[in-house]
Amino acid sequence: MDSVVIPIYTTIVSVPYYHYVLEGLLVLVVVFLWNRRNRRPRRPQLTEEEKEELIRKWQPEPLVPDTPQDHPALNPKYVDGKMGKYVSIEGKDYLNLATSNFLGLVGDERIEEVAKKTIYKYGVGSCGPRGFYGTVDVHLDLEKQLAEFMGCEEAVLYSYGFATIASAIPAYAKRGDIIYADKGVNFAIQKGLQASRSQIEWFEHNDMEDFERLLKIQAEKDLKNPKKAKVTRRFMVVEGLYLNSGDLCPLPTLMELKWKYKVRIFIDESLSFGVVGSRGRGVTEHFGVDVTDVDMIMASLENAVASTGGFCCGRSYVVSHQRLSGLGYCFSASLPPLLTTAASEALRIMDEEPERFDHLRSNGRRMLEGLRAAIADTLFYVQGDALSPVFHIKYRSDDVEEAEKKLDALVDNAFEKGLALTRARYLVGEEAFPIVPSIRLTVNSQLTSEEVDKSLKTIAEVVRSLTKK
Amino acid sequence: MRDIANVDLDSDDSGSILESGLCCEWENKDGSGMQTELGEENEEVMSEFYRRNSEPPTDEPVQEQFDFEYPAPRTEGLDHPSMPDATWFTNFLVSFSYTVKFFFARLRHILQLYGWEKCKGNVESEKYKNFVPLFSGPDPLFIRNIYRQGSDVCNRPVASVPGTLMTVRDRFTPDYGWTFEYKGTESRVLNMGSYNYLGFAQNRGPCAEAARRAIDQHGVSACTPSFNFRHNKVHKQLDALIAEYLGVEAAMCFPMGYGTNAMNIPAIVGKGSLILSDQLNHASLVTGCRLSGALVKVFKHNDVNDLERKLIQAIAEGDRTTGRPYKKILIVMEGIYSMEGTISPLPQVVALKKKYKAYLFLDEAHSIGALGETGKGCSEYFGCDPTDIDVMMGTLTKSFAAAGGYLAGTKKLIDAIRTRSHDIHYGTWMAAPVAAQVLSSMHIIMNKDGAGEGKLRIRQLLRNTRYFRRSLAQRGFLLYGHEDSPVVPLMTFFCTRTLIFCRETLRRNLAVVGVCYPATPLTKCRARFCISAAHTKEQLDWVC
Repeated sequence: MDSVVIPIYTTIVSVPYYHYVLEGLLVLVVVFLWNRRNRRPRRPQLTEEEKEELIRKWQPEPLVPDTPQDHPALNPKYVDGKMGKYVSIEGKDYLNLATSNFLGLVGDERIEEVAKKTIYKYGVGSCGPRGFYGTVDVHLDLEKQLAEFMGCEEAVLYSYGFATIASAIPAYAKRGDIIYADKGVNFAIQKGLQASRSQIEWFEHNDMEDFERLLKIQAEKDLKNPKKAKVTRRFMVVEGLYLNSGDLCPLPTLMELKWKYKVRIFIDESLSFGVVGSRGRGVTEHFGVDVTDVDMIMASLENAVASTGGFCCGRSYVVSHQRLSGLGYCFSASLPPLLTTAASEALRIMDEEPERFDHLRSNGRRMLEGLRAAIADTLFYVQGDALSPVFHIKYRSDDVEEAEKKLDALVDNAFEKGLALTRARYLVGEEAFPIVPSIRLTVNSQLTSEEVDKSLKTIAEVVRSLTKK
Repeated sequence: MRDIANVDLDSDDSGSILESGLCCEWENKDGSGMQTELGEENEEVMSEFYRRNSEPPTDEPVQEQFDFEYPAPRTEGLDHPSMPDATWFTNFLVSFSYTVKFFFARLRHILQLYGWEKCKGNVESEKYKNFVPLFSGPDPLFIRNIYRQGSDVCNRPVASVPGTLMTVRDRFTPDYGWTFEYKGTESRVLNMGSYNYLGFAQNRGPCAEAARRAIDQHGVSACTPSFNFRHNKVHKQLDALIAEYLGVEAAMCFPMGYGTNAMNIPAIVGKGSLILSDQLNHASLVTGCRLSGALVKVFKHNDVNDLERKLIQAIAEGDRTTGRPYKKILIVMEGIYSMEGTISPLPQVVALKKKYKAYLFLDEAHSIGALGETGKGCSEYFGCDPTDIDVMMGTLTKSFAAAGGYLAGTKKLIDAIRTRSHDIHYGTWMAAPVAAQVLSSMHIIMNKDGAGEGKLRIRQLLRNTRYFRRSLAQRGFLLYGHEDSPVVPLMTFFCTRTLIFCRETLRRNLAVVGVCYPATPLTKCRARFCISAAHTKEQLDWVC
């Protein structure tokens, strides 16, 4: 006992006096904090009666609000037969300028034969996700074919176009990363960006100076905090051909910015795959950019290829990651074999018949020039690149409702004259940026010059009759 | 080392099957006849079933062979999920094995980093050395050095229709999973891995013919979202048929099952609402809940008491961020859970939701067609009114051997979803041949052709399920899940054991799915069997 107490006593007595002050203060702080902990106000505990009263009083909203029965979504046009160059609605044929059947592959006999043979071999459904006996050999063949078509190392096949893009972006970008996105990107990309939970920096549509301004701001922040900069991944997401405006992205400038500021690039070529480029390989072929320099190309097979599904292609190092972390790939049933072989056959047709691309481009140019002439001197105007098969007809008005009325009137009157047009549909409350209402007019490679001229004439007549009123 | 499951084989429910008059085919009253030799490849049985099943199924209507009363559902013990845990020693060994594996994985990673071991996988190009690395964290380590060694068990390519017997391409890896090469041969295996509950995965027969005719009449695809155009014969009919099948006012079909959840839950709930989601919900439900913007709270798997506690707390306290009560509360759960094989306690949850004025979203991906006397899913199985479930969702991939999903409920709900769904505005149509397959298989199940085949398939599925589960449990395997669930997870706990199990079964021509992280928790790996109505007793005996 003495051997313990005496050394302690001598230590206490022999220390300098400031120790007493310091340790005394520490003890006071501990006591103060302990008291504060006890005195923190607690949430009032409710009694059983109070809880029952609250439950009785609580009135939830109805699960969904009432929908007016004249909403356009509840009144689609019901189509018979195939939606090829002409669509048949209630027994009458209309020229189809509404669907994204750019290369005219809907109703192609070769594709249908192949699809039928596939049913006889594989049945209809694949009955499982890719990891659990849902990988059919036709999937592996299509992935190889897509990778060779695009000149990439590897391709990953998804069963739905929207899910491709919405799953691919969050597989790489997580919380704490930065994504630079064009303001004109489509809804699927916006959902992918939302799911990634990264910091999103928007730049004005196709405005490279605005984009560089944002990159410079980030570069300054990086200088101030180099440790954080080393672990923050950067991505930029653009579309090859924008669905909402029909413009091409300025890919060479984007690639310069990529190397200068070390930002990886993801391109959504849903619309431009099979359309842009002399052999339909997309914007990389059109601009002469090396496709292996693009980190990932995402595309949907639901437009030019006339099947269902989507794919991502690029370097194996980047793209193979999705086989384990792309949610729409791992947790969804794989693409039915018949749609896979249909897409395969469509790619073969694209290789064997490159004149389809020339027809599509010439129809697109003819349509654009004709439209500009047809709606000149009116409040209507057309937006879209000369290489694009998609054009947006908009109405110059500050009042959105008036613009919508005029556009609807154009669609209805054109319909009466045998032309199937549609409005571009958006979820107004959920889009990231305000939407300008428009008519989305598409051309395809099967249209003859007479049909294009006839449709231009019809549109001109309708526009004149609308502007006279 | 095996843990004996808690199975009472003498329970009197087995009598309802035995009394049907066909007990001599299944088992004798004293229980003999269920056992076959363990571990031996019974050559006679195998060659017999190969001979019998190598011919394609004919178009003759199947005769009603027996009068089998669909037994009452087993509802006791549903709120405590039948997921028995392993002994503490097994759990300790599993954790120990993972420690060893991660140690070696880390060591390998360091060796690869310094170039002492050649990394045969994909590496980033030299041009990107000044970029921030694309992958970081423990996941790439796991994938590269642990998952890779067992990756021959996943993604096995199939070269035929995924019926009960299917052809798998043989492949081997010369370098422990870095690359795969094909031997050029194929194996004919018994398929217990694909979701083919009612056996409609056929490449001949009325469904395949209907799909073929649909291609001739309506084409393969249409390149348009469903907002402006829908198909008169195909989509209108399919929507009406699904509504009739489920016994609700209206329904709507979508081309992707995963997308049906991920793109439509945001159309139903939004900011200011609360979603109470089961702990083991599927990734599509989790994605949909996250994208909706509502607050998401998780309740313990199938635990009705926990759900009630959270409901009371939510209503009493309201939304703490805004200080106001929640706009609405949505309970999201599944019918049969695909990794556990448990069935959700629907009657208790319906009672709760009526008491607390919440809404119920039921995802019947695996239970539609597989449960219930006429295959209408969980609500029929438990005898609940389908109109009590506010939003019924299901997929058409499993029981109908097609692709896609549907939503069903009141007309008001479906109208609202049509106007607010992401899929309708930005997606594409369901392909006509796929829809035709669903239409024809649903016709068969609903007995619209009068042949009785649908009823037969459903009953055969239940018999197969119960027989298989009992056989395995008798042999001492630990199974998860409800007795009537056709998803049968066989617990192996160690991921190495799962690997060996899957490899050895494939060597013996049996295709089984092995599941590991991230689909299941790291320490609860399992092998999973999916029963089909098309499996015959000999096949199940051979598997056991």
